[in-house]
Amino acid sequence: MAAAFFFYLFSGIAIASAVMVIAARNPVHSVLFLILAFFNGAGLFLLLGAEFLAMILVIVYVGAVAVLFLFVVMMLDVDFVELRQGMLNYLPVGATIGLILLGELGLVVGTWTLSPGLLKAVTAPLPASGTVSNTEAIGLLLYTRYLFYFQSAGLILLVAMVGAIVLTLRHKAGVKRQSVPGQVARDPASAIEIRHVTPGQGI
Amino acid sequence: MTIALGHYLTVAAILFTIGIFGIFLNRKNVIVILMSVELMLLAVNINLVAFSAFLGDLVGQLFALLVLTVAAAEAAIGLAILVTYHRNRGTIAVEDINLMKG
Repeated sequence: MAAAFFFYLFSGIAIASAVMVIAARNPVHSVLFLILAFFNGAGLFLLLGAEFLAMILVIVYVGAVAVLFLFVVMMLDVDFVELRQGMLNYLPVGATIGLILLGELGLVVGTWTLSPGLLKAVTAPLPASGTVSNTEAIGLLLYTRYLFYFQSAGLILLVAMVGAIVLTLRHKAGVKRQSVPGQVARDPASAIEIRHVTPGQGI
Repeated sequence: MTIALGHYLTVAAILFTIGIFGIFLNRKNVIVILMSVELMLLAVNINLVAFSAFLGDLVGQLFALLVLTVAAAEAAIGLAILVTYHRNRGTIAVEDINLMKG
């Protein structure tokens, strides 16, 4: 009973905040509602017994991605009112496609059945409750049988990091920087010039 | 009443549809489009984790982990492109991004 209550609570708030993400007038509010949607998605993950993914969702999405969105929204000086012009023009076609898609997904969800052999073909069974925690079970699987998969995920993140740095780094012309080789290569002959000044004449 | 797999699939389907709808509704604003994509990826993750839990297979959660990784990478790259574009053009309106059109 409590599980049903929490399921409806989390999913209701998640759907409502998802609607607010796309409908909010202010993009900062959109990001904040996105954070709320992710928190409730994490709650749904907890109900499903995926504690590790729930915590990763909170840390990675709320802690990193959503804050990145917030930074960009606040950093860019964009006229969001102008960007919202003509939004109602797109409403009919968007609503049509959305309703068609929702109807199709509803047909799929309403009529699908599990293949009878599927439950026998489980690749990595979930650990029996109380023996191994979810995090430990994922670690036991991820660092052994799916090691290359894990490393390729790391590679994707590395490429993304390099790409983001390359895209946003810029060298301004005319900025004075320290030149270490220039400083090291200085010697008294090039640094000091001795002039003999005759009195009353100046240089 | 018990919460079955179909309940989770319904929630994920609704979230996915809201994401699609958001892309159409905010055609001009790239930031909200990126947020809609994040919503769709969250819906996909809910599907993967729900199937993983109800079929008793841990691999679904591993795949959801990869989806999370790719989503984070996609958000970082997308926002970097957005910042660069805003720096060069002074606007982020999607309709102006047609410089390479022949």
